[in-house]
Amino acid sequence: MNTYPKELLYSTTHEWVRIENDQTITVGITDHAQNLLGDLVFVELPNLNKAIEMGEEIAVVESVKTAADVYSPVRGSVIGVNETLQNMPGNVNADPYGEGWLFKLKIIDKNELKKLLDAQKYQKLVESHT
Amino acid sequence: MNQKTPLYEIHCSLGGQMVDFSGWQMPLNYGSQITEHHAVRRQAGMFDVSHMGVIDVCGPDAEVFLRYVLANDVKKLDKEGKALYSCLLNPRGGVIDDLIAYRLDPEFYRLVVNAGRRIVDFQWLAQLAAAYRLNLIERPELAIIAVQGPGALEKLSPLLSHDLAASVKALRPFQFLIAQDWQISRTGYTGEDGVEIILPAESAVNFWKDLLKQGIAPCGLGARDTLRLEAGLNLYGVDMTEETTPFESNLEWTIDWLDSTRNFIGREALAKIKQQGIERRLVGLIMSEPGVLRNHQPVWHQGEQIGEITSGSFSPTLGQAIAMARISGMTETASVERRGKMIAVKIVKLPFIGRSVHEHLPKRITL
Repeated sequence: MNTYPKELLYSTTHEWVRIENDQTITVGITDHAQNLLGDLVFVELPNLNKAIEMGEEIAVVESVKTAADVYSPVRGSVIGVNETLQNMPGNVNADPYGEGWLFKLKIIDKNELKKLLDAQKYQKLVESHT
Repeated sequence: MNQKTPLYEIHCSLGGQMVDFSGWQMPLNYGSQITEHHAVRRQAGMFDVSHMGVIDVCGPDAEVFLRYVLANDVKKLDKEGKALYSCLLNPRGGVIDDLIAYRLDPEFYRLVVNAGRRIVDFQWLAQLAAAYRLNLIERPELAIIAVQGPGALEKLSPLLSHDLAASVKALRPFQFLIAQDWQISRTGYTGEDGVEIILPAESAVNFWKDLLKQGIAPCGLGARDTLRLEAGLNLYGVDMTEETTPFESNLEWTIDWLDSTRNFIGREALAKIKQQGIERRLVGLIMSEPGVLRNHQPVWHQGEQIGEITSGSFSPTLGQAIAMARISGMTETASVERRGKMIAVKIVKLPFIGRSVHEHLPKRITL
């Protein structure tokens, strides 16, 4: 069963967002996404300080089965990446909303976050496709 | 086209992620493909391969017929209980399918063919068989379960009678036995020791449950693919097709030229190709950078594209990306193009990992 933590926001492309403060968010892929991908064996993370547009490809997650792009939910610049995933990409499978976070962004306009879905809407979206 | 094997319900109840494979609903994994892969390499795992086709060839001309349609020579099966791997070729020397032929009796051979090719194979064989005294019989009522891994036989044995267990243990690779309506063969598609068991569909569910109780891990098609890739075993449809010859598919060893009077289908074309020289070959690639190699990624050497990956994946055993690629020319290093970047790879001989079954048993015993 997929989980959808209530305190997070979600994109239609299966990223989750945790608002850390007015300027900072943490991003990962959802439980549903990691389930679809299967065992991850490689995560390609962005360079620090990279400026990112909304919807831009920012990372790649690769499972044995397939590779998937991760898109930035909002504009911003990269202020942190989860280095432990280089050696333990399986953390994304085991704990997608915790140890499996991908990167942190310093955002430009917090209003952009309003376009994201809440847990209930995201769950509906997932269930309408399965 | 959404066929189900007799084990479909039990796959679902075990949490199998069911996917379409050649028109069959099959488990991709039961949670973690990598865990299943390791189970087979380290201990024992089992696969439902009931989607594969079983075609029985029965009649006085069975042997003559198979010596004509198969590139390997069933004459080598000098008695019952022996099997061999062969390509089924078209007249151009292209691979229609790869299969295992079992000799049950001088007038009774069994072919086990790929799920996605069973219809093509059957039509091809039926059309050729018209001139021979034999019947081709499809056996959809049979299930097939593969039990693979260094601990496979040990875990299987308690489910068999004492005598039968001893007989199974005594089988060498590519040998098999018939016990009532079960066929147990020392074959597989993982590079590990183990057996493939052909049994009546109605016995499959209970047997699967017994195997589960023995601690044998159910494994899906995902693990089956990474296991066979590590073992350097081709997958039909990607590593070989009707457009590629056995020479280009690392399968020259399966062509039996010995009997010059045996004019098997494809022989003439292959002889000509061999004389002209073989340009492309199927090799292994290992990438030391992190990541995964994928089917169809181009392979480059000194600014020129020399081929492409036929099947690429990640090796759970080696912890590196591996692939089979069809390339021209001789080189030990190359680059693979991934997302617009060139990544260095090493070219190696197949298989990627030693076959544990060969550590204590002679190689290709029936050849």
